[in-house]
Amino acid sequence: MTLRKVLPVPEYAVETQKLRRSFDNLIAVDGIDLQVASGEIYGFLGPNGAGKSTAVRMLTTLLMPTSGTAFVAGHDVVRDPVGVRLRIGAALQDAALDPKQTGLELLRLQGRLYGLSGRDTATRISELESLIEIGDAIKRQVGTYSGGMKRRLDLAASLMHNPEVLFLDEPTTGLDPISRSRVWDEVRRINRELGVTIFLTTQYLEEADALADRIGIITHGQLAREGTPDELKRQIGTDVIVARIEGDALAAKRAVENIDAVEAVDVYEEEVSIRVANGASFISAVALALNAASIHVRELTLRTPTLDDVFLSVTGGRFQQQEAIDEEKAR
Amino acid sequence: MIDTPTQPQARVDHRAIKARRAGFIRDIISLGGRALRSIPRDPESIIPALVVPLFFFAVNVGALQDVAEQLPGLDYKAFQLPVAILFAVTGVTRANILVMDIQGGYFDRLALTPVNRLAMLLGFMVADLVLVMALSVPVIILGLIVGVRFESGALGVLAFLAIAGIWALAYNAIPYAVALKTGNPAAVNSSFLLFLPVTFLTTVFVPQDALTGWMAQVVKFNPVTYLLQGMRSLITEGWVASDLLAAFAGIGAVALLSVPLAMWALMGRVRRR
Repeated sequence: MTLRKVLPVPEYAVETQKLRRSFDNLIAVDGIDLQVASGEIYGFLGPNGAGKSTAVRMLTTLLMPTSGTAFVAGHDVVRDPVGVRLRIGAALQDAALDPKQTGLELLRLQGRLYGLSGRDTATRISELESLIEIGDAIKRQVGTYSGGMKRRLDLAASLMHNPEVLFLDEPTTGLDPISRSRVWDEVRRINRELGVTIFLTTQYLEEADALADRIGIITHGQLAREGTPDELKRQIGTDVIVARIEGDALAAKRAVENIDAVEAVDVYEEEVSIRVANGASFISAVALALNAASIHVRELTLRTPTLDDVFLSVTGGRFQQQEAIDEEKAR
Repeated sequence: MIDTPTQPQARVDHRAIKARRAGFIRDIISLGGRALRSIPRDPESIIPALVVPLFFFAVNVGALQDVAEQLPGLDYKAFQLPVAILFAVTGVTRANILVMDIQGGYFDRLALTPVNRLAMLLGFMVADLVLVMALSVPVIILGLIVGVRFESGALGVLAFLAIAGIWALAYNAIPYAVALKTGNPAAVNSSFLLFLPVTFLTTVFVPQDALTGWMAQVVKFNPVTYLLQGMRSLITEGWVASDLLAAFAGIGAVALLSVPLAMWALMGRVRRR
C-alpha cells in the first residue's frame, strides 16, 4: 500500500497488452492492445458479439483474462482486483438495478459498500441528483422507472464513489432518441466537469462519433482500427461516391475501380461505395463507366465519409444492418 | 438540458470523497439491511411461512390429539409446537431475491464494488435469521395461549428460538447453493421439494417409539428427528444436555453438507470464470 502511494498518477487509465479471453472454443477477445489516456473518452465500437462486453467485463474485474495483461487506473485487474474496483465505476448493459429498492436506497447502499460515511454518501447523492435529474422519483422503487430513468440512476450509482475511470457498456442501447441525447449530455458533463476517464462501448456509429475523443473498432475480438473519428474518416479518403445499382454489384465494382483517382471500392449488397480524393470531379466519370458497363443505376450520391464507411472498409459489413436488427428486436 | 459551467470549488470538495473497503461486518450489515427491506415489499413470499405453521399446528393438534394422547405421558400440543416452528423456519430464505439479482445483473453491480464476497451471501442469511425469528414468535405465542408451558423457563424459550434459527441457517444454505450454482429461479423453487422428506420423514405426527416398519428406520437417519428431540426436551423436560446435544449434532450434520456446498457455489459465482 505504501509503495502505491509514492507511485505517480498512471499515464494511462486503461492499458492492455495482448488481452485475450476464450470461452471453450470461442475466442471472444483476441489479443487487444489498448492505451486510453487519463481524461479521455474512448469509444469501443463494434457490432453485437464483437467482444466489447467481454473486454469490459475483464477490465472491470468481473471476468478473468485467459492471457495478456490489463491495468486499469494503474492497478492490475488480475493481481489487484480490489485496487481496480475502488477506482472504477461501471454501468453495465441494461441498467442492472434491484427493482425492489428505491433510487435513494440503492444509492445509499452503493455508498456504504464503497466505505463512504453517511455524510459523504448524502453529499454525493445531493450532487448526483442534479446530474441525473430524476426528481422525486428517487424515493420510488426502481421497478416503476422508465428505461431512461434507470440508465440515469445506474449512472449515478456508478459515480457514487468518485471513480477515476467510468465504464459504460452500451449506455444508450434500447433508449429513445431523447433519452439517448440526455445520456450523451451527461457523459460529456461527467468527463468535462469531473475529469473522469470514460471507456464506452457502443454499437452506434453516431454515438461514438458524437462522444468519443478516440475510437477503437472491434470486430471478431480484435482491434481493427483506432484513431480519432476524423482520423478514421480521413483514412477512407476525402469523399465517397455511393452508387445504388440493380444487378451485379461486383461487375459495377470492376467497371469503376480502374478510373483514375479511385482509391478503393467497397461493395455491400447492391451498394457500391467508391472512395475518391475529389468526388465532385469524378462523379460523372463514375456515371459514364457504369453506363458503359450497362449497369442500371438507381441512385448516385456524393458525400463525405462516415464512420460507417470506415466500418465497411474494415469489415465488409454495414452497421445499419445491425441497428435494423436491434430495432426489429426492440419492437 | 444546458451544460452548467465548471465549478472548481465543487470539484475539489467531492474529489475528497474516496472509496475504500467498508470491511466485512459493515458489508454484511449493509447487504443484510437491503435484504430485510425487501421482505415487506415481497409479502407473497412470507405469507405462506406465516400461515403454514399455524395451520399445521391447528390441524395436527385438532385431528390427532385425542388419538396420540392415548400414548402414556404425551402432551400433544407440546409435541407439535416444535413441528410448527420447523415449518415456520425451514426453507424460508431470500434465495429467490439472490437468484433474481443474478439473473437481472444486480449481482454483478454488487460484485463491481469492493464488497467482501462472502458478505454477498451472509447478508442474505443474516436477514433470514431475523425473519425466521420473527416468524417463530406468533407460533410460540399461539402455543403459550393454548397452554404449552416450557419446563426450561423463559431462557428455554430463547434457546428454543435460537436452535430454530441455527437450524434455518444450516438448512437454508441449500437453496442458496442452488441459487448461486444455477442462477435459475425455477431450480431454486424446485429445491423446496427437499423440504418434504426432511420435515415429514421424521417424528412429525407421533413419537419415534410409536413408529413402525420402514418409517421407524428412516427417521433414525433424518437429522431433523434429533432437532425435534432437542426442541421438545426444552418444553417437556427442561434442560437435558443429551437432548440438546442431539439437536446440535443433527444441525451440524446438515451444516456439514450444506455450508460447504453454499461456499463452493459462491466461490464459483464470484471466481470470474
